[in-house]
Amino acid sequence: MSSARDPLHVTGEVLSVKRIGAYRHLTLVAPGVAERSRPGNFVAVSVGDLRPRSHQTRLSYWIHRVRNTGSHGATIEIIVEPRGAGSQWLTGLGQGSRVDLTGPLGRPFAQPKEPVSCLLVGEGHSAAPLFPLAERLRERGCVVSMLLAASDEQHLLAALEARRSARSVTVVTRDGSVGRSGRVADVLPELLAQVDADVAYAAGSVETLHAVAAAAEAHGAWSQVALELPQPCGTGLCNGCPLPVVGEDGVARIVRACHEGPVVRGDRVRWTALLEGA
Amino acid sequence: MDLGALTLNPPVLVASGCGGTGRELDALGGLAGLGAFVTRSITLDAREGGPAPRIVGTPSGLVNAVGLQNPGIDQFLARELPWLAAHDVPAIVSVAGSSIGEYADLGRRLGRSPGVAGIEVNLSVPDAAGLNIFDAREPFSAARVIAAVRRDLPRGMPVLAKLGPQSNRIGESARAVAEAGADAVVVTNAVPALMPDGRPGGLSGPAIGPLALRCVYEVRVALPDLPVIGVGGIACAADARAFLAAGASAVQIGTALLHDPTTAVRIAAELGGDPS
Ligand SMILES: Cc1cc2nc3c(=O)[nH]c(=O)nc-3n(C[C@H](O)[C@H](O)[C@H](O)COP(=O)(O)OP(=O)(O)OC[C@H]3O[C@@H](n4cnc5c(N)ncnc54)[C@H](O)[C@@H]3O)c2cc1C
Ligand code: FES
Repeated sequence: MSSARDPLHVTGEVLSVKRIGAYRHLTLVAPGVAERSRPGNFVAVSVGDLRPRSHQTRLSYWIHRVRNTGSHGATIEIIVEPRGAGSQWLTGLGQGSRVDLTGPLGRPFAQPKEPVSCLLVGEGHSAAPLFPLAERLRERGCVVSMLLAASDEQHLLAALEARRSARSVTVVTRDGSVGRSGRVADVLPELLAQVDADVAYAAGSVETLHAVAAAAEAHGAWSQVALELPQPCGTGLCNGCPLPVVGEDGVARIVRACHEGPVVRGDRVRWTALLEGA
Repeated sequence: MDLGALTLNPPVLVASGCGGTGRELDALGGLAGLGAFVTRSITLDAREGGPAPRIVGTPSGLVNAVGLQNPGIDQFLARELPWLAAHDVPAIVSVAGSSIGEYADLGRRLGRSPGVAGIEVNLSVPDAAGLNIFDAREPFSAARVIAAVRRDLPRGMPVLAKLGPQSNRIGESARAVAEAGADAVVVTNAVPALMPDGRPGGLSGPAIGPLALRCVYEVRVALPDLPVIGVGGIACAADARAFLAAGASAVQIGTALLHDPTTAVRIAAELGGDPS
């Protein structure tokens, strides 16, 4: 039977769809989902008209913010980058549209018990779950620094907002349109040393997460990486999201990214196997 | 619906490979009140499964090449079965083997394990050869597998034979497995298909609904007294009723659970636990 910690499958309602840069910012009423969510959780959205539905696979989105609106209760916000058929359908929904979703899902970020120094690294839309994390860490007395990365300014998420939640914010873009020019890996070792990070939290492409895990290890810090591998169901049912890891027992195995992840310790991921798509 | 010692009430089951370990569905309220939970196919040894991507969406369906990832029978019995056995829903264990001997071994182990309500023998893995699974497409081969599983099982333990979608020979296969000791047939499995990158896979979902329905009908016509469990593209109560009308005694819900994990319980509630 389900308990207060379990995810829910609900029919939500779109309250608003706003454009921010290359992304769409959706606010959804999803009863019960907001109340249960923790930083690093995601929702899995059923794509297409409610019935009949031609799209059988689902799409996952990080829970960006949870807000308590007076009139609609707690709402969730997600940041969607319109790409293929599914995300375009979702971002094309009008106010008041209904959407089936399940959440909160997955293992959230593990938070330190002590007030430590944390570096949060977010790339593109994947920076979404780092904002609520930054707030939680600050409440615990942690020193929070952020590194936001993107291909260009259009794909940079909420740098202004980051300055409110973090002590220092560094921005890198590949084309140099804003902040420093380069990639995460270029500035990471220097930044980890500068803020003397005890923990690195990261969300982005597999290559970026690999770079963060490696740099954190070299610096002597823990890393927590939030993976975005394709998740056909997002709920642990289909075994469609293989993630090669080394278990606590030292044994190499394949786990489900959506269920045993999507946030995992960086030193547990078998990066070579993952990058090769094994 | 009764199968030996097992009653499937309501006649709505979770299809193999689409319900995780059972715990995930339960956490979403999608397990209690179902007729039975069918596990993903368990093999003798653990299998890592195929590389990513394992599942791609297609219009009204999906193609999967999961590759029978499972922890192997020992880990399954130690870690997953006890949880299922402690819950309200009967556990039917799906098995697949690379030889007749392996199927027999799996049957023997499961027959001795408390908490197993029945065995579903997967005779229709879409890519049997590539996965080194015994190719049981020929009715004669399917019957040998069923006889091997049946041999050492306790009397009342039901054996379900899951047949592939070759509707031209499905009546013949059903007759062969029934004579070999199957209590019911499950029709049908995913349809052999190809992933976009050329790897073999299986197509499932609403796209195969009418094909599965035809398979149910063919078996019903050939063997009016053999219980048939229909599976393939069932996404709502109306779909389930169409299968029951075509001659199925029960239905399994698979792909639809991936986009809505509550589909099976909703259909069960709408059918009102009444098989007619
Ligand atoms: C944990 C996690 C968190 C994520 N968070 C975010 C986030 O915050 N923001 C964000 O932008 N992205 C996020 N993503 C990525 C997101 O889930 C999608 O992968 C991304 O939006 C791409 O969507 P799409 O429209 O291109 O997919 P689609 O084009 O809809 O493709 C997805 C699937 O649908 C199938 N498909 C495609 N076309 C059809 C069709 N016509 N009929 C049937 N099936 C079809 C494809 O084969 C594929 O399997 C996250 C992913 C994960 C795993
Ligand atoms: S996406 Fe289905 S198990 Fe992870």
